[in-house]
Amino acid sequence: MDRIPILKMGEFLLVTIQVDMHDQLALQLQEDLTQRISDESAAGVLIDISSLDVVDSFIGRMIANISAMAQVLDAQTVVTGMRPAVAITLVELGMSLEGVHTALNVERGMTLLRQKVAAPGG
Amino acid sequence: MVERSGYSGVFRTPGFGAVAATITQVDGLPVRRSEDIVRMRQVVRERAIGLGFGLVDQTKIITAASELARNALVYGGGGDVEIAQLAAGMRKGLRLTFVDQGPGIDDIQQALKDGFTSGSGLGLGLGGARRLASEFALESQPGSGTRATIIRWR
Repeated sequence: MDRIPILKMGEFLLVTIQVDMHDQLALQLQEDLTQRISDESAAGVLIDISSLDVVDSFIGRMIANISAMAQVLDAQTVVTGMRPAVAITLVELGMSLEGVHTALNVERGMTLLRQKVAAPGG
Repeated sequence: MVERSGYSGVFRTPGFGAVAATITQVDGLPVRRSEDIVRMRQVVRERAIGLGFGLVDQTKIITAASELARNALVYGGGGDVEIAQLAAGMRKGLRLTFVDQGPGIDDIQQALKDGFTSGSGLGLGLGGARRLASEFALESQPGSGTRATIIRWR
């Protein structure tokens, strides 16, 4: 089965989703990432979705789930690179991804992640 | 749009199917596995680009299609999608029709409400697809299946 690679960068985990995921692949990523956060005692997770031209409610829910699960495991999550058309569509769909931290690009995302880890809950 | 009897529950957005359009091309695809949804999204994107849809319109119809395909798969036990390219004078549109032979929907109005789900989903699929489309219809016969149709005009 295909898997989305998860890279370790210091105390952070980095995921760039570059394929149009089918549902099982998305569920697998959710499971793999949660396991890796625990195994590596990761302080933060950055998920870059700049290659995704569609985020439907299933993928949106996976992103929200990962963020919530990471939170429970004492890790911060930042989602980066959402395309404007995807943002417009997600909100119209009824998903505003409340509670999910976002940044425009990976660079800003890493900065945000470092801030979040330095001052959790902020 | 061919009117078909056999669906006891029907919801249509006002003016659904009112535009006299000719069908210029039709594709049929199965929706039986989650990989089929990925394939369908690709075909819908290609057709939307071919019709000159802008980026936001492409994204909206692909997302709506993804929601309805997942419904057909998860709640309808799998089905088929028809992708029809429409022309009405200078207007171009895409009409997607999802048909399954699943258990059907008992209460269409309830099913369209955000947050309502008979399964484990978020309950945004039908309402979301309706908002993302120009025209939307949902027809269902408890015990024999559901047909969901969306049209997005360029």
